[in-house]
Amino acid sequence: MKNRIQTARPHVNRNEKLIFEHSSPGKCGVDLPPLDVPPVSAAEALGEVYRADIEGFPEVSELEVVRHFTRLSTWNYGVDTGLYPLGSCTMKYNPRINEVVARLEGLATDHPYAPEFLAQGCLEVLHQTARCLAEITGMDAVSLQPAAGAQGELTGILMIRAWLEQQGNPRKYILIPDSAHGTNPASVTISGYQMRPLKSDAKGCIDLGELSQAMSQDVAGLMLTNPNTLGIFERQIAEISELVHSRGGLVYMDGANMNALVGVARPADFGVDVMHLNLHKTFTTPHGGGGPGSGPVAVKKFLEPYLPVPTVEKTPDGTFYLNYDRPKTIGRIRTFYGNFGMAVRALAYILANGPEGLRQTTEDAVLNANYVMARLRDVYDLPYDQPCMHECVLSDKRQAARGVRTGDIAKRLIDYGFHPYTTSFPLIVSGAMMIEPTESASKEELDEFIDALRSIAQEIEEEPSFVLEAPCSTRISRLDEAGAARKPVLTWKP
Amino acid sequence: MRYLPNSFHTRQEMLEAAGFRAPEELFAQIPDSLKLHSNLKLPGPMSEPELVEFFQRTAARSSREFVSLLGAGAYSHYRPAAIDALLSRGEFFTAYTPYQAEIAQGTLQAMFEFQTLITQLTGMEVANASLYDGSTATAEAALMASRITRRNRLVVARTLHPEYRQVLATYVRTLGTAVEEISWSASGELNLAVLDSTVNSETAAVIVQSPNFFGIIERVQPIAEVTHRVGALLIVVITEPLSLAILKPPAEADIVCGEAQSFGVPVAFGGPYLGYLATREKFTRQMPGRLVGQTQDREGRRGFVLTLATREQHIRREKATSNICTNQSLCALAATVYLCLLGKQGLRALAEQNFSKAHDAARKLVSEGAASLPMTGAFFNEFVARAPGAAETLLAELQDQKILGGLHLYRFYPEWKDHLLICVTEKVSRSIVDQTVQGFARLAESTPGTPAMLQGRHSRGERG
Repeated sequence: MKNRIQTARPHVNRNEKLIFEHSSPGKCGVDLPPLDVPPVSAAEALGEVYRADIEGFPEVSELEVVRHFTRLSTWNYGVDTGLYPLGSCTMKYNPRINEVVARLEGLATDHPYAPEFLAQGCLEVLHQTARCLAEITGMDAVSLQPAAGAQGELTGILMIRAWLEQQGNPRKYILIPDSAHGTNPASVTISGYQMRPLKSDAKGCIDLGELSQAMSQDVAGLMLTNPNTLGIFERQIAEISELVHSRGGLVYMDGANMNALVGVARPADFGVDVMHLNLHKTFTTPHGGGGPGSGPVAVKKFLEPYLPVPTVEKTPDGTFYLNYDRPKTIGRIRTFYGNFGMAVRALAYILANGPEGLRQTTEDAVLNANYVMARLRDVYDLPYDQPCMHECVLSDKRQAARGVRTGDIAKRLIDYGFHPYTTSFPLIVSGAMMIEPTESASKEELDEFIDALRSIAQEIEEEPSFVLEAPCSTRISRLDEAGAARKPVLTWKP
Repeated sequence: MRYLPNSFHTRQEMLEAAGFRAPEELFAQIPDSLKLHSNLKLPGPMSEPELVEFFQRTAARSSREFVSLLGAGAYSHYRPAAIDALLSRGEFFTAYTPYQAEIAQGTLQAMFEFQTLITQLTGMEVANASLYDGSTATAEAALMASRITRRNRLVVARTLHPEYRQVLATYVRTLGTAVEEISWSASGELNLAVLDSTVNSETAAVIVQSPNFFGIIERVQPIAEVTHRVGALLIVVITEPLSLAILKPPAEADIVCGEAQSFGVPVAFGGPYLGYLATREKFTRQMPGRLVGQTQDREGRRGFVLTLATREQHIRREKATSNICTNQSLCALAATVYLCLLGKQGLRALAEQNFSKAHDAARKLVSEGAASLPMTGAFFNEFVARAPGAAETLLAELQDQKILGGLHLYRFYPEWKDHLLICVTEKVSRSIVDQTVQGFARLAESTPGTPAMLQGRHSRGERG
């Protein structure tokens, strides 16, 4: 029989238009309460600056809005859907209670300019979160101001600069290992420094000889990630810090991989002077489809005067206050006091776990990564053969010989029901497959994931073209990214 | 621990499979001297009911029983229930950056809709998928203008939000960019004559906020003329974008950016919020932040992807247009849901209500002889009122009545000892406005020389 269905697909939610295409004049998704004052005509009062219409703006009912976004949501894959082993992103469970407490009246509703005596609860959350993070990192002081990890980097590098200026010379360069996240060099540039790449050694770690040669009087410091992006702990971190310090530089640690260390080791003991944390990675605040994040900065005592303003402090009688009187500060780096709502969630996570829970979490995260590595290394190449921390990096070396690359394997994983790992990063591994299961993955789920990757390896042996076509189970197939960039269509037009 | 899915027994099994004898061996690569040999000194663990109790206790020490006349970059508007219901869908809030487009079409299409809504409101041609907040969006816009013009001097209205100016200073200090500030005129608008004599062929951008920090609506066109005459770009910052529902968009600007917290994001003690940045099509490749573009799959079906990533740090590294990595996706989603719910009519009606309420309040304050309005320019939902005496006394008295009576401008403009910035949104009822006016009036009565003297004491607001 001829298929007569034209406008609907088997599942209604596989075929959702843009909201603008649902719009028709006269519809509205809210009813406002009646105005309780005499109306003042804006058209008359404003004259030529008055706007009579918002062209193209949608007009839809509440139900249509709810259906629209509910349908869109079903096209997403989240941590709640299943394993999300996106390396370097720490996609762990986002506890529901965090969302509840962050929405409590008094925390979600206080105005940032409310008088301090009426904002003691909010200030206490900020103060206590900062203190917990200081304890976890071993550092002396923490600012929750930075809006995300990259802004934490900017903040930290600006503090290094301010301190060096005080010593008489801000210097010119920051050293960054070639395995680093892209934000590191970008943050260095925006801080007025030039970045100098540092070649990793055969083990994927910082080469002390290389570092010694590069660490001149022109170098302000070293920016490193530990464990690094290969998931390997920099064993010589103490020596590295000592060397940098002996040449008058400072050590910045990107704390993106802190999920490998909480309760086990503290960056302050490594000789790190300043670092940032990602509350949306290690401390379970939701990634939200790409933000909001939060990137607190933690420093040693001597850098504390340079922290951004304001800092949250406590008087001897237990009153919390915002301190703006900090002559050496690098200044303000965003409005108000940072992503406060993220601090509430992170604190809820820390309190829920307590010290033993956090340590067990770290152990599970590291165990999960090592388990995956151990069970896949016979079918996928392991470029740096050693135990890993919270993530492992495999490569597509064997599969590339059959014409299938890491990005293709990732797409095929989607058909098996998993979110892919991080592809093609770190750059020092050709065809990298960066897998970070986090502690949130159960053994059952990891076993299924491992089976999937083993099965894909088999498929590549037998029928590589099949993998190159993936995904085939999704609503849409592979998208033309080159076309999107060549002729950008960035807005809907009627 | 309730968040961990593996039992003790399972862990043992996994350790063995991975070749370890004991959990401690997992950390063998960390030198012993660098390990923590005791437990962290942290509170907890707490069960869920204990957590709720803790945070409820904390939340009680707040201004939650107060009605607020505070605005100044963080606006309290009613948030329809559908917003949180939709944001709470795990597929939205537990997903990450949509790198794998085939399983992230929900986020991608919503961001595409967000970009479209922002261009419709601002009158620009392209918008990104959001930035951290209004202040960093402004700083990013300034850096973008410097890249485009290859110039290194910024001219900034002193009526730009003071915290935005502070953030801007932090961002450009190390780059050797000079920032000059321009005063305002008696109307509260930017002083055009001073602007005209300040801009020159080295000016990368003029940055002006509208409605400005004092709530005054700027006339963008003459400012654009002066700016463009010297080849600089005009950046218009909008911190209360609800105003755009009834105000002509600043189409003469080159970049429009600001804060979109007003659109369905709670004030939440200052964050998370969401910055936006919109511009002309020809500047697209100089924009910071994520962009979502429309494209097709292999069967020709419409789909969306992150695009023009060669601007961004994960590809361009030290040559990127910005170091920004995340956007404020979930907040942008909240704004998208909010704007769709209100739609064309609702948003305009809400803006008209804000306009009426703020003007009613201002009129009452003046007609009761309780305050003077030192600025003559048009405003939207926020205005400056001069108290008939000590502003601290007034604010304290209003606090006794559970009213947060506006922002004391002395905080940012030390020359203004008794000026308050008052914001009246739809959430402020008539009776609260009346109570506030009475508070002003009582102060006027108890202060010798008012109100008659007040009439002649209009501040000219002329500042250098």
